[in-house]
Amino acid sequence: MKELTVALVGNPNVGKSTLFNALTGLHQHTGNWAGKTVGTATGVLKKETVCYCFVDLPGTYSLAGKSEDERITEAYVRSNRADRTVIVCDGSCLSRSLILAIQVLQVSKNAVVCVNLMDEAKRRGIAVDGNKLSKALGVPVVLTSAGKREGLEQLVDALGTVSTEPCAPCEDEIDAADRIAHSCTTLTLQQEDSYGRKVDRLLVSRRFGVPFLFLLLLGIIWLTVWGANYPGILLEKVFSLGYRWLRAVLDFLPGWAKGILVDGVYATGSRVISVMLPPMAIFFPLFTVLEDIGYLPRMAFLMDPPMARCGGCGKQALTLCMGLGCNAVGVTGCRIIDSPRERTCAILTNSFVPCNGRFPTLILLGSLFFPQMGAALVVAACVALGVVGAMAVSGVLNKTLLRSKKSAFVMELPPFRRPRLGEILVRSLLERTLMIALRALKVAAPAGALLWIAANSGLLGVLSGFLDPPGILLGMNGAILIAFLFSLPANELLVPVLLMAITDAGSIRTMVGNDLLMTVMTWKTAVCTMVFTLFHWPCSTTLMTVYRETRSKKMTAAAFLLPTAVGCILCFLLNLIL
Amino acid sequence: MEITLDRLGTDKMAVVTCVDTEETLRARLRDFGLVPGTIVRCRYRSPDGSVVALELRGSVVALRRKDLVGIRGCGL
Repeated sequence: MKELTVALVGNPNVGKSTLFNALTGLHQHTGNWAGKTVGTATGVLKKETVCYCFVDLPGTYSLAGKSEDERITEAYVRSNRADRTVIVCDGSCLSRSLILAIQVLQVSKNAVVCVNLMDEAKRRGIAVDGNKLSKALGVPVVLTSAGKREGLEQLVDALGTVSTEPCAPCEDEIDAADRIAHSCTTLTLQQEDSYGRKVDRLLVSRRFGVPFLFLLLLGIIWLTVWGANYPGILLEKVFSLGYRWLRAVLDFLPGWAKGILVDGVYATGSRVISVMLPPMAIFFPLFTVLEDIGYLPRMAFLMDPPMARCGGCGKQALTLCMGLGCNAVGVTGCRIIDSPRERTCAILTNSFVPCNGRFPTLILLGSLFFPQMGAALVVAACVALGVVGAMAVSGVLNKTLLRSKKSAFVMELPPFRRPRLGEILVRSLLERTLMIALRALKVAAPAGALLWIAANSGLLGVLSGFLDPPGILLGMNGAILIAFLFSLPANELLVPVLLMAITDAGSIRTMVGNDLLMTVMTWKTAVCTMVFTLFHWPCSTTLMTVYRETRSKKMTAAAFLLPTAVGCILCFLLNLIL
Repeated sequence: MEITLDRLGTDKMAVVTCVDTEETLRARLRDFGLVPGTIVRCRYRSPDGSVVALELRGSVVALRRKDLVGIRGCGL
């Protein structure tokens, strides 16, 4: 079978990932904002006798881009590794798309131009003449609407036929793009999207914009906390039934084996699932809707002025927002930031916002100790505190260690798009949520076993006694510090480990541990624990991601120490004041 | 009438005549197609006015107001 490597190149927000998914049936995550794809993804399409291997490259505005994700694309295109290059353009702003297209045509052989988003262009009254465009560029041109799966057959056919050398115009690429776009598009009716424009203006307006942003985040957190409550209780009930059943079934095993398997592995694993799965299953779809609509760039737009005051830019607000889902993803997402200094700063401060793995701890402590306030408000306050912390530390870093000249902020605000709800549900639920849950479970099982052994050999007691003085100094205790140490592999482990550490025997004999927490923790301990949950070392996945992104041991150490130092100082002070 | 683009009113249009900014920013603006001769329109501003959304070539691009000081245009 013949094998062809096909690279997809284009501006951000032109639907490359949607096209990629439609072609390969793969589920690369899509979203309506510049910087969603920061690494390359590959997928395969077999048709007749050819096997097409598609490579989805990060979106870029030119082949001389400054940010890390753009450099990935530039390096790939310049290496000429692909047998075919599909240059994806936006039918509704062709003159901008063609600037990159012409640059790519000057270095790539066997290119096909794919004018995507034709459905959107049609809505805006723009018609594109594909034949004329093909003549002007000297390469095959296919018109597609990837979201509706229109034109995909023709695109694949074009990949089979292409062989002509491109005759890229040798004049200035912007002039050429202008001229060609003008001659190949016709405005049938000057129809402006007045509705979308009004909404857009409202969302960034003085009176409405920022309050809406806060209410939106609060709403999402409230829905997550409130909605996670019921399935969480249900799951816990099911798991405790399973616990009794499992103990009965494994009755033939010796006591220690039963302890490791049931009280260690099963109890920890099931608790991790029941505390983390429900919030995630609600948070991720909601967040994906925001991504799909295109609200995130507006948020960055609104957040740029305060971020600029801390020496960052609006894009850092985006990466912090991604950090709410998972800090490792947020750290990788920092590739979209142009200036190396701002990027480093954003990487180091990303774990200041609580990720989904830390939500369960905050929800649990919030609802146990501050019932009158409501867990949602507590979690929202924690998120706000995390953002403030990230901004404050960014400000300090930018004024001291990372000083250099300020960089500019240039970011596209794509038009609003209707979210594809069905797809969102499937993608975010099945793929993102389950994937992260499985990852946590993989860590939880061995950790549970290890913990049971540590608890029952008395080691945990010794360790916790050893850590008691520093723990008390920080307003917590040794057992809580142990829990933080053990949850280094995954923050989701914190609650189960904490429960196991405080029941001295080292097992969760009754599956209801909440009352137990109330007996060993005061509201002051709870506050300090929550603050330390916000500000302590990031999980090991995030730390490894920091190392991968910065290639620097110093930076990785800084990513570990910075939040830890902030947490220690805050907790120490809180302990003195409260 | 020539103005610097930071003074372009909301919903007003201008033809860019000169992009006199620091080199990396100018390259970035080129990537977005903002060069002399481009028609831009101010779509909206951030609440404190420090970030401006400019419409150019069918797309909307956010820029800081202080970066727009170096770009001149003729009001339309």
